[in-house]
Amino acid sequence: MTAAPAIGADAQTEVPLKRRLRRAERTRQVKALALVLPLLVFLLFTFAGPIAGMLWRAVDDREVRQVLPQTIAALASWDGRDLPDEKAYAALAGDVLAARASGTIAIAAKRLNYALNGFRTILTSTARNLKAAPEPGTAKETLGKINPAWRERVTWTTIKDAGGPITSFYLLAALDLTRNVDGAIVAAPPDQAIYRGLFARTFIISLSVTALCLILGFPVAYLLATLPPGRSNLLMIFVLLPFWTSLLVRTCAWIVLLQSKGVVNDSLHWLGIIDEPLRLIYNRFGVCVAMTHVLLPFMILPLYSSMRAISPAYMRAAASLGAPPLTAFLRIYLPQTLPGVGAGSLLVFILALGYYITPALVGGAADQMISYFIALYTTETANWGLASALGAVLLLATILLALVYGRLVQGQQVTGGMKN
Amino acid sequence: MLNRKIALGFAAAFSASAALATVAEARDLTIVSWGGAYQDAQKKVYFEPFKKASGVAMNDESWDGGVGVLRAKVQGGAATWDVVQVESDELAVGCEEGLFEKLDYTKIGGEAAYIPPSVNPCGVGAILYDFVLGYDKDKLKEAPKGWADFFDTKKIPGKRALRQGPKTTLEIALMADGVAPKDVYKVLATDEGVDRAFKKLDTIKGDIVWWKAGAQPPQLLASGEVAMTSVYNGRIDTANKNEKKNFGMVWDGALFTLDSWVILKGSPNKDAAYKFLDFVGKAENQSKLSENIAYGTSNKDAAGKLQPAVLKDLPTAPDNIKNAVEINVGFWLENIDRLTERFNKWAAK
Repeated sequence: MTAAPAIGADAQTEVPLKRRLRRAERTRQVKALALVLPLLVFLLFTFAGPIAGMLWRAVDDREVRQVLPQTIAALASWDGRDLPDEKAYAALAGDVLAARASGTIAIAAKRLNYALNGFRTILTSTARNLKAAPEPGTAKETLGKINPAWRERVTWTTIKDAGGPITSFYLLAALDLTRNVDGAIVAAPPDQAIYRGLFARTFIISLSVTALCLILGFPVAYLLATLPPGRSNLLMIFVLLPFWTSLLVRTCAWIVLLQSKGVVNDSLHWLGIIDEPLRLIYNRFGVCVAMTHVLLPFMILPLYSSMRAISPAYMRAAASLGAPPLTAFLRIYLPQTLPGVGAGSLLVFILALGYYITPALVGGAADQMISYFIALYTTETANWGLASALGAVLLLATILLALVYGRLVQGQQVTGGMKN
Repeated sequence: MLNRKIALGFAAAFSASAALATVAEARDLTIVSWGGAYQDAQKKVYFEPFKKASGVAMNDESWDGGVGVLRAKVQGGAATWDVVQVESDELAVGCEEGLFEKLDYTKIGGEAAYIPPSVNPCGVGAILYDFVLGYDKDKLKEAPKGWADFFDTKKIPGKRALRQGPKTTLEIALMADGVAPKDVYKVLATDEGVDRAFKKLDTIKGDIVWWKAGAQPPQLLASGEVAMTSVYNGRIDTANKNEKKNFGMVWDGALFTLDSWVILKGSPNKDAAYKFLDFVGKAENQSKLSENIAYGTSNKDAAGKLQPAVLKDLPTAPDNIKNAVEINVGFWLENIDRLTERFNKWAAK
């Protein structure tokens, strides 16, 4: 219960009023938070959680530690310069015997084989041939006899390097880097260095598709925005119809159109323009055509909505002040469409980065994008560490690009009279 | 107040999902196979007759393979699959990782009932099939004799299709270069052998279309996009039977492999699963499968129950398996990562 404040008693009620305002503000904030809480929790569980888990897999490295615990412990004090001492060999022999009994040897073999090709055989043959624990003092000799690889320093540095519990191995591999026998970071051998090129290829394809979408989409959006509503709605249906058609159907339609005995080649041949069929598919051209077609609506829709908001009076005013059409377009119309251009480009680019099915069906072996490899390592070879590392690098690169892009367009935002 | 309501809502949702999970415990036997024409044939000769004969409630699903999928199923707990048909590398890796139950062969007719390559502690062979050289008899004037012709664009012009990736591609390149089928993996195990395979691939690099899914090669042949392709033998047979195509196959230098049935670790329906494996392991049931789809099977006596006309198109026919080579799982487990990287490096050049 508060009495109505007397007139002229402003000075006395000022503080309580501030406080009341603050309180009201706080209640509003709490209510707002309560309203978005379900969505926040949902996102946390279904989006942030899995992504964090995925990123964690890129550095998680506990497989070898689980299978060869004594060896990892014995190697902790080893400086890596010469071969380790007898103690480490004895520890390894014990670990291998225990791992064979529990059937876990392959788990370590698989992880070590990523770092050193052939390690799978070294470990499995050792497990097969080591019948019992070697006599004290003879472990080094026994293991060296079973497999000469145990006399190599690199075999041991590989184990030590994979000792976990976290590792930079996968992230380095995703950037074509590796650690040499002395632990220094060096470039990966040339026939294994594919990932930088792969990221470059992914970005180049995405950029080309974005540029093509912009070039093709801009005039269409302009037409849609300037026609009278009845006709523009009819044309809008032509934009939306492919938008609602399955991606797979549209991709397969391009195969029918572009293949060497497809509609396009047959028509050109019939017209006498070509003798030999053109190669339009299973190459970069086919990927760009199909992806542009699939992503075009994502460019047209934001452009259209930004163009609809531009009053035709501006262009008329520019013309009446003596601006030639091109100048009026460049200085009056284009700057006002920039938010639409920006939104559409970013949307298309980021969607294109993750494309998988379209390049897989209409691309050649040299047109596969990063998603193809993430899928390959996730399902086929089950190298989840590398798959996660590739995903992490892609995510980071995308976030950086989005930030840079945000900086670029910030200064040119046309807000149509709304304040930011 | 609002928060408590939300909390209650979540609690209700969680208990509902927990209830669903307990329902899943007592679920029907679930068999998973490769889908398509193959699973239709399996439904006809395995699944439906098995349901009738045993009275076991079962349903079937399909999948696209990948040991990562099985790992996620088993390690995620509450796997919804019991018996899965897997490829040889999935069998080997999954067995090492402990994703499958160790099979008790006494419950499925004993090891002696099956051909040796199909007996594995974690799985039992289901079908044997080949990667063969496939071509369209209507389009080629002269039939190719083997992989050497596949690489000879002068003799037989046109593009070729191969499976994207190093597996099967490198073996085919070596055989085309004159390596005998039985020596392929000996040569491929050396760096010189790998170089030799890539050098051979270089000779037709511009003429290769790379396919990724088993359904693509017959389409590539049918549309005239390629003159020859590597292809699963069953796909050629299906295209000839169902779509009245006139495709041919070359069995010489074919690469064969086996698919196996496995029981996923921790399956709540193990007894029913064994009943199913016993049923599909019997020669009389397996021979019916081969009559429907051109795959060889794992029971020693199954081939003997077939008509000669059916047998001649099967991978297990003596003439067809004579010069075929089994895809070496051990080799690929060891080298798949390195050679996949190298293959992609080569492809991007």
